Amino acid sequence: MTVASGSAVQIAREALHAHLREIIKWHFSPETGTPIWLDWARRAGWNPVEKIQTVDDLVHFPNFADESLRNEPLERWVPAAYKGRPFTIFETGGTTGMPKQRIGWDDYKIDYEQFSATLSDADFPRNGYWLMMGPTGPRRLRLAIEHLANFRGCSCFFVDLDPRWVKKLIAGKQFDQAKAYMEHVVDQAVTILTHRRVDALFTTPKLLEALAEKVSIPDCGIKGVFCGGTTMEPQYTRFLIEEVLEGRTKFVPTYGNTLMGLACHKPLTPADCYSITYYAPQPRAMLRVVDPEQPERVVGYDQWGRVELTTLTREFFMPRFLERDEAIRRPPCEQFPWDGVGEVRPFGASKATIVEGVY
Amino acid sequence: MTLPHFPILRWGEPYESLDVDTVVHFATGEELCQVSQANPGLISRDMRQAGRARQALRSIPCEHLCRILSKAADLFTTANLPMGSGTQSPDDFVRCQSATTGLPEHMCRFNMSKLHHVLTNLDAILNSLTRGLDRSIMTRGYGIEADVMRSLQANSPVLGMVLPSNSPGTHGLWLPVPALQIGLVLKPGPLEPWTPFRMAQAFFEAGLPRESIGLYPGGAEVGMAVVNHVQRTMIFGSKATVEQYRGNPAVQVHGPGFSKIIIGDDCVDQWEQYLDLMVDSILLNGGRGCINCSGIWVSRHSRDIAEALAQRLGPVTPLPPTDPNAPLAAFTIIAQAEGINAMIEQGLQESGVEDVTARHRGGDRLVREQRCAYLRPTIIHCDSPRRALANTEYMFPFASVVECPQSEMLAAIGDTLVGTVISEDENFRRAAVDATNIDRLNLGAVPTTRLNWLQPHEGNIISFLYRERALQVE
Repeated sequence: MTVASGSAVQIAREALHAHLREIIKWHFSPETGTPIWLDWARRAGWNPVEKIQTVDDLVHFPNFADESLRNEPLERWVPAAYKGRPFTIFETGGTTGMPKQRIGWDDYKIDYEQFSATLSDADFPRNGYWLMMGPTGPRRLRLAIEHLANFRGCSCFFVDLDPRWVKKLIAGKQFDQAKAYMEHVVDQAVTILTHRRVDALFTTPKLLEALAEKVSIPDCGIKGVFCGGTTMEPQYTRFLIEEVLEGRTKFVPTYGNTLMGLACHKPLTPADCYSITYYAPQPRAMLRVVDPEQPERVVGYDQWGRVELTTLTREFFMPRFLERDEAIRRPPCEQFPWDGVGEVRPFGASKATIVEGVY
Repeated sequence: MTLPHFPILRWGEPYESLDVDTVVHFATGEELCQVSQANPGLISRDMRQAGRARQALRSIPCEHLCRILSKAADLFTTANLPMGSGTQSPDDFVRCQSATTGLPEHMCRFNMSKLHHVLTNLDAILNSLTRGLDRSIMTRGYGIEADVMRSLQANSPVLGMVLPSNSPGTHGLWLPVPALQIGLVLKPGPLEPWTPFRMAQAFFEAGLPRESIGLYPGGAEVGMAVVNHVQRTMIFGSKATVEQYRGNPAVQVHGPGFSKIIIGDDCVDQWEQYLDLMVDSILLNGGRGCINCSGIWVSRHSRDIAEALAQRLGPVTPLPPTDPNAPLAAFTIIAQAEGINAMIEQGLQESGVEDVTARHRGGDRLVREQRCAYLRPTIIHCDSPRRALANTEYMFPFASVVECPQSEMLAAIGDTLVGTVISEDENFRRAAVDATNIDRLNLGAVPTTRLNWLQPHEGNIISFLYRERALQVE
């Protein structure tokens, strides 16, 4: 792995501290702040603007309780500076019952414009059509992929997959129905690919694999695949690159969700042995790998721990949210001079088999 | 020291996975080998080329394939064969198989000789199972026999085998398959990679086309991929698995046997004559197989029979797996033995049920060791077929002696893989012949464990792999 220089790491860290202070000031100041956080600070009895100077100070916040994204009125998440401006409501992935909701305005555009800069024009041609096969509906991803396609000069076709329905089918042991639904989704994508020229694809790993059962992805003209959603262990990643994409279509894995945005992967080298490491879009979001028993403590490099996310944008502040994922803490690299998360998988996967469905 | 590594075999070509499982000695924890783990997608992609396996085998006449497999039998039992970067001797094989499955070494050797027997008698076995069919009809798909056009069509170019970890004797079921010009897709049990790999190497050395065999170690999801992507698959599982696939023509499930010895009213007063037969049927091969007897059904003398069996089997204790007299196989997962023991104890709460061996064992049924456990032989007396323990089967020497009127017996025994019916009463024998719940029927004093390989086992493999159909040529 190409490591980041000490000075690059230091510069990135200083930039993160500065950004953190700015975001804390934004959300906790009456002029610009967010009602939910202003109330929280009043109840907590301390002033985050004074106390939070570096990311190490974030431990003064408890782990973010995501129930508030289900229970609190949406208006309480609107920073004063955005008051009166209609917002978009995004919901998280595959849960059933009342979903977690995050509101937003431009964050997804900023995130994906920044991400666009990491894509090569050869693999994801400018002015080339995209196809998104995956969870659309109320998810941020749907607008984000369309914006990415637009930002790169073209448009996007969509084939929807409803992960909530898949979870219900699997929970009810209706595996034949789940399989039939997956085929229904893939067949629609095949139809688009048969009749339209598509250069780039966003999908989930399992749908990608299922699509390649029906067509040769490179022979369909797809030059780059942007892929995320479920665990990609090294052998599976190798399988996707060497066999599903036949070594001819570029594979760009990503780790992301409605609450973070998206983390980029470090381009794979032979030394990585197909082990994927993701880096958060710092300073707008920060990922740490923490000890599940003592979540204020970061684990050592190359150790497994639980993924903790802090989101730091003017639209949304969320400190120390414990994701339902675990990962290996990886050191900074040349492209991303801050900590990464490797081989992300569902939290507890080492102790039990966790069914992730087709999503 | 570098551990031997078993790669995946993709139509004979080795493929080293990035996902590797380490197999350890059940008693010491010593690491014995590493096994590449397949991801299910490899199977779905490779099955696109399954036709090539049959094509390669079809280019060799069946008779010649039998000779190749016979040569492979000798190599399997006597030669040093490739394993990882080195080789493996037959003795190493026995030691390793015993070390991961918990079977005593002498039983592993016995299983080796059983597989050798199958492979060296394939001509006779296939002649019997096909009833003397000219095997060129399988190759060509049709031909004239006794002035009649016959056509056999392969249901699948390959047979999938999702193999168990704990019963190496079951490998005999797939050995004839290449001689039928059908390829093999093997998913070994996680603790028993030894036989499929060694047998594949023996096949290759003997001249079987490499592209006729795929070998995909992995977890349960890999087994599911085999079932989903291969048109004919044989799997091994519990009663629930049997129910899950009942009526599915693509899947043949080998579940528990519930094999039984039934003594008719005309012979039951001479029950002592059959005591050795009963003991052997219960104890042979550690009592692990589906052909081991798990029930003895009689209309009288049931207490005396249970007592006599308990006197013989109760004192049997575990011995080290290297001991040539070791009678019991170890449970490599302690919780499994504990679970079985708890189920038996629960069954014993019912009135009319007694663990007769308890008086003769001189200790507990469950013997825990540091990394494994044993269950000592258990003979249960049931005063009625309605007791829960009257029709159960566990993977150790366990049998219930059940008192039941002869007139109700054949209906009450339920599904029975091997039924040994000891009776000279023609009416009772005829009823046994007609009983569709008995698969393999032994009329007379034949141990349930004595298989005649010239006869079908849980369905004829020929009719599973081929279908007869009409074909006319003008």
